[in-house]
Amino acid sequence: MSGPSFRYSRVANAHDALIQASRPGTAFLAGGTDLLQLWKAGAIAPAAVVDISRLPLDHVEFVDGRLSLGALARLSDVASHLDVTRYHPLIARAILASASGQIRNMATVGGNLLQRTRCAYFRKEGLACNKRTPGCGCGALAGENRQAALFGASASCVATHPSDLAVALTALDAEVEVFGAEGQRRFPLRDLYRLPAETPERDTHLAAGELVTGINIPNATRFAARSTYLKIRDRASFEFAVVSVAAVLHIENGRIVEAGLAAGGVAPLPWRLTRSEAVLVGRAPDARAIAAAGDMAIEHARPLDHNGFKITLLRNAVIRALQTIGGQP
Amino acid sequence: MSPGSSISVSLKINGRDHEFSAPACDTLLDVLRDKLGMTGTKKGCDMGACGACTVLADGRRIKSCLALAASYDGRSITTIEGIGTLNNLHPLQAAFIRHDALQCGYCTPGQILSGLALLDEKPADLEAIREGMSGNLCRCGAHPNIVAAIAEVAGL
Repeated sequence: MSGPSFRYSRVANAHDALIQASRPGTAFLAGGTDLLQLWKAGAIAPAAVVDISRLPLDHVEFVDGRLSLGALARLSDVASHLDVTRYHPLIARAILASASGQIRNMATVGGNLLQRTRCAYFRKEGLACNKRTPGCGCGALAGENRQAALFGASASCVATHPSDLAVALTALDAEVEVFGAEGQRRFPLRDLYRLPAETPERDTHLAAGELVTGINIPNATRFAARSTYLKIRDRASFEFAVVSVAAVLHIENGRIVEAGLAAGGVAPLPWRLTRSEAVLVGRAPDARAIAAAGDMAIEHARPLDHNGFKITLLRNAVIRALQTIGGQP
Repeated sequence: MSPGSSISVSLKINGRDHEFSAPACDTLLDVLRDKLGMTGTKKGCDMGACGACTVLADGRRIKSCLALAASYDGRSITTIEGIGTLNNLHPLQAAFIRHDALQCGYCTPGQILSGLALLDEKPADLEAIREGMSGNLCRCGAHPNIVAAIAEVAGL
């Protein structure tokens, strides 16, 4: 099984990567774990592959409370880094809940954030998918949509974003660094992704050839003691989320001062649960506050024929995640 | 370079240097098996799910079906051919036999390589072994015995 052949080049710096990638039909190769699957499945057919895996962007640094992850840091290196396990256990947990040991040794931070949906209609050549072949329809809309989105979907696309790490980083207000023709820019991770609307073929707001170079978490260590990633999946390991919740709390004098909540498996992008966060702030993490956060999480959910069970699952996952971290000293 | 053209790759495989040219889109798995005749590494799903193609790259386990050979140029690869010999099995291979950790044997090279890398990660308990081996599927269902074999070598 393989797709059509492509040209291959390896670049030594980000400028060369940009120049190469400015040609249409070019794909970046980092860890390759998603690119090769997509290529073999016929979901993409790049004319050229630009190997960026040896760019010097694999750092994991913790300085003055700020965590910086290079886009090419391997997931396994991030998850086992002592500053990550100590100050950002949520990130380590989310990564260790992802994929398998082999994949985590290959996959990179940037590639993980930019991986494509696992929607079977997208991944299987011959099925209708507007994300793969714009204009040919969404097979999942009236088909097998058990995994489909509850929020943010459109008549063109109901696929979900598969990354666990992106959900954790969203709850932590991470920012992403990108490098492109306009130079370097930095913005909140939540602004990287776009909703499908009428153009589901575009997952992100990145310009053509623009390269994710890193992730910053400016200051979130205050959440270290109260953070969790709860991933509900169809088997215990090596499986994508049906529903997942990243939750962080900062509690002072028995009251929640800050809450960060994001959900995975329920939307085309990591889904920030802002209303749930708002209902928690100023209250004690008691059963009523937590139940209210659960209720808020599912407001405006729009189920299809086969994914309605995820509404209750999401509510209960939010509640369980908050119970887990709300009671710790 | 035109589509489909070959590029030159050098790999150190099981301690020996190999230099060859291969199509740019060849995976490490295909190069090992079809180019170099090292068929111990198996092709199962060819999509990163089953783990039959597991090899070590600079000591870390990877799925060779999702690795472009070109991207691993200059790297050091360990395959099952580099682990033990008929007369001198690696302790993990011997443990697999003692624990009856295989039936058809197709997934075994990948299980052994993955298990070796997991042993380096020092799994704390049986649960850590089960979780750590979730990237290697055994359709014959020998998973409990595979976990037992790795646990024995880990001293658990």
